[in-house]
Amino acid sequence: MDYLLTEDQIMIRDLARQIAEEKIVPVRAELDEQNKFPWDVMKAMAQSDLFGLFIPEEYGGLGKKTLELCIAVEELSKACVGVSTSYAANALGTFPLLLHGSEAQKKKYLPAIASGKRLVAFGLTEANAGSDAGGIQTTAKLEGNEYVLNGTKQWITNGGEAEIYTIIAITDRSKGPRGASAFIVEKGTPGFTFGKKENKMGIRASSTTELIFNNCRIPKENLIAKEGMGFIVAMKTLDSSRTGVGAQGVGVAQGAINEAIKFAKQRVQFGQPVTSFQAVQHILADMQTQTEAARSLVYSVARFVDSGAKDISRPSAMAKLFATDTAMKVTTDAVQIMGGSGYMKEYPVEKMMRDAKILQIYEGTNQIQRNVIALDMVKEASRQK
Amino acid sequence: MNIIVLIKQVPDASEVKINRETNTLIRDGVPSIINPFDMYAIEEALRLREQHGGKVTVLTMGPPQAAEALKEAVSLGADEAVLLSDRAFAGADTWATSFTLSKGIKKIGSFDLVISGKQAIDGDTAQVGPETADMLGVPFVAYVRKIEKVENNRMTAERMMDEGYDVVETSLPALITVVKEINEPRLPSLKGKMKAKSLKVTSWTAQDIGADVNLCGLKGSPTKVVKIFPPAPRGNREILSGTIEQQIDQVVKNLKEQTLI
Amino acid sequence: MSIKVVPDKCTSCETCITACPFGAIEMRDGKAFITESCTVCGACVEACEFKAIERTEEQAAPAADLSAYKGVWVFAEQHKGEVSSVTLELLGEGRKLADKRKAKLSAVFIGHGIKEKAADLIAHGADIVYIADDPALKDFNDDSYSAVLTTLARLHKPEIILAGATAVGRSFFPKVASTLYTGLTADCTALDIDPESGNLHQTRPAFGGNIMATIMTPNHRPQMATVRHKVMKKAEPDASRKGDIIDVKFNSHGDMRAKVIKTIEDLAETVNICEADIIVSGGRGLSDPKNFKLIEELAKTLGGAVGATRGAVDEGWVPYCHQVGQTGKTVCPKLYIACGISGAIQHLAGMQSSDVIVAINKDPNAPIFNVATYGIVGDVMEVLPVMIRKFKEIRG
Repeated sequence: MDYLLTEDQIMIRDLARQIAEEKIVPVRAELDEQNKFPWDVMKAMAQSDLFGLFIPEEYGGLGKKTLELCIAVEELSKACVGVSTSYAANALGTFPLLLHGSEAQKKKYLPAIASGKRLVAFGLTEANAGSDAGGIQTTAKLEGNEYVLNGTKQWITNGGEAEIYTIIAITDRSKGPRGASAFIVEKGTPGFTFGKKENKMGIRASSTTELIFNNCRIPKENLIAKEGMGFIVAMKTLDSSRTGVGAQGVGVAQGAINEAIKFAKQRVQFGQPVTSFQAVQHILADMQTQTEAARSLVYSVARFVDSGAKDISRPSAMAKLFATDTAMKVTTDAVQIMGGSGYMKEYPVEKMMRDAKILQIYEGTNQIQRNVIALDMVKEASRQK
Repeated sequence: MNIIVLIKQVPDASEVKINRETNTLIRDGVPSIINPFDMYAIEEALRLREQHGGKVTVLTMGPPQAAEALKEAVSLGADEAVLLSDRAFAGADTWATSFTLSKGIKKIGSFDLVISGKQAIDGDTAQVGPETADMLGVPFVAYVRKIEKVENNRMTAERMMDEGYDVVETSLPALITVVKEINEPRLPSLKGKMKAKSLKVTSWTAQDIGADVNLCGLKGSPTKVVKIFPPAPRGNREILSGTIEQQIDQVVKNLKEQTLI
Repeated sequence: MSIKVVPDKCTSCETCITACPFGAIEMRDGKAFITESCTVCGACVEACEFKAIERTEEQAAPAADLSAYKGVWVFAEQHKGEVSSVTLELLGEGRKLADKRKAKLSAVFIGHGIKEKAADLIAHGADIVYIADDPALKDFNDDSYSAVLTTLARLHKPEIILAGATAVGRSFFPKVASTLYTGLTADCTALDIDPESGNLHQTRPAFGGNIMATIMTPNHRPQMATVRHKVMKKAEPDASRKGDIIDVKFNSHGDMRAKVIKTIEDLAETVNICEADIIVSGGRGLSDPKNFKLIEELAKTLGGAVGATRGAVDEGWVPYCHQVGQTGKTVCPKLYIACGISGAIQHLAGMQSSDVIVAINKDPNAPIFNVATYGIVGDVMEVLPVMIRKFKEIRG
């Protein structure tokens, strides 16, 4: 289907596709098997300006927005969600700076991020604070000109590999959610170390570690926005990135469809290619229809976000929810269509199925997304009374 | 460092198919690409610029549509692009091509290094590089697989030979041709693509570069193509059958009869 | 010369468009139109049933005094003082050309400490050996080698100069041709001479061997060509042959612009696959680097060299110097065994002129079978061990 993309958007799509096909597809199985962070791919993406895509031109970026980011993420996800997660987590970590950073902070950090020289990670989740962001235990205490951080962040994407971390920590526990603040912490700061790399079911090319703060002292200037703004920074960040997770879902679903149909065309049973059986045809038709519906929703929400709209929580939650549930279903169906071959590591669809699962979990489980959607519906209905 | 990269637009060999009945090339809808070896030349020029600063200019001779190849080079990071295009250049052999290119290079002005791929995949002659070097009066190093260092107007490079490689030191300016081993070409960048989109490629005619048309194109070419024909069909072709053991026995027997083993 | 369409005769049948090997004809305003890509090869002239395409012979440029040029020369390449095999092949071919023209065959022999090998060249057919033996010529150098040859050619005016299409020949011959303003044809696979005019018909593959082109240098002398390994026949040596050995002084310029600092013969790269009589080649179909060992074993059994496709090289199974094909080497051994190679056009370009091709592939529709003398349909991993065993039995 033609989504009436602009010339620039088509250019971005084609380049991301080229990177996916030439740089990611040949190595994805190895990255998956060896749990290996894709530095070579990241370098190629940096050289192609993909890291500057959504960063304003005055900081060395291309000044593009959510839709362009979604288009790029979709193409990368067609090849490997592990790689696209590393890329998207960089955007996630950058949003706090982009949305709430001071001019000085933007000048200091954004150009290096735009050029891909420095990778970013976002640190919110903790052992007791996942879906419940209010349970954060990590603290930041102002001592003179420095904040002192203590605590442990868990399951942080790009952990260990990134050089810049945007961290949510509690500055005043008595204020509840309004006692959280956002900070910038650079790799190499004394007192800041990493836990072991997690051994995951899928997206194994991405790095996931603990961030451990033990009397880690950072300059006062590293506070993003004001004290107490941390929870809002986190929520706005997640609102901005959620559509991108939907784009990952669309990408991996389409990638799985492409593999399934390629296989089914040449797989002969009972003297004919299995694509000639209606049982297979109907599954394929559903896969593509659902994926197209997900793509339409993701693109529409991205355009809505880019229009400057304020109430983006519900639509972005719907895009994430629908596209990632679709991804799980479609990748599972792709394995089914390919049968025994689909289950084997020689073909990429079993990996796609493993990778797709995380999309229903991270950046807010799909159950939480439903909460967000339903609460907003109820709120709206109450207002209309 | 001012570097000039010579490139050529060629049909994409991976898309060219052969009509097995007539033994002719099917070129319908075959896309044009930058000669693959020239991609390594562009990459090496960009890397040298990253290390030593300066400017990378891409130059090609060809019909107006060859500007597309130049734009692609700009999307990869080249600073400037020049097209030599004139009906008088048509039908040039390697000598006349080299003559035209050397005139174009002289018009571009001073340079430290000219780089090109070791050969173009359509003609496979590998002669335009060395002939152009001769006409420019600069030293030539073929088959460069690694540039070791560039300093004080001298360059040290490894040249692939049939039995291994030579380490060659040359004064600059010089012209080198590069092999595939030298690097891995990058992909285009978004900024480069945007620059290429709006780029107006400089196009020069024979008059612009002060080239005597009697020395250009077909007129200036010492060699003439007198005949084009399909290669002789291969002798007997035989797809064997039977068990693998039987097939192998048949091959072994045939090879033995022909005293090949 | 140029190609012209006679619009009145053109019936828009488009036959010429299909016939043109260079894609240089298109339809404009309902008539054939010759674009700038035309090389005046004349394929369309022959293809047009309506005589609507003509080749016009323009007045040839005032020819230099071509009759002043006589004799056939061969650049005698040596490696560490050993005459290379392609040189002997060229002497065999050069002898035939010289005989047809009733002219002398000369060899130009450049290097250091090579004097005693000059007699070999005479035994293989040379009448004259110009020998430039100088410490400064020990290593191959584009500037000095072309200086020696250019000076000699200007002085003695040969009609033809040939070199092997080797790394050395293809590097410095263009400089000589450029300086002498004459034609040079690369990588020829057949040569013939018109005994009257002395015009050399130089045939070479283009487009990766998918078409052949015959090229002449009608108005310039000397006519120069580089010639592919293994396609010409070596002459049988005759130690009783007599010839002149003429010493050539080399005036070394103090300052050589480019110079060889050292030469490294990479042990892994000593197999010059261009010179091998038997090549066993492997492709991605082997699916694992350890399976590539079977290729090496078969090659060793047969006393041949190891080749590979770009795919196998890109996988890192074997170094680039073994790569056969468009971006690798062009080979024409007596026997080429292609194992697990599908036959992409780029690979065929590098090997399809081999004398006998044995292909092993499990897909009976693989394009490699289009060029195979013998095609074995089967899994390469099953075929290779059996083949190795059988060949070992024969070889004892």
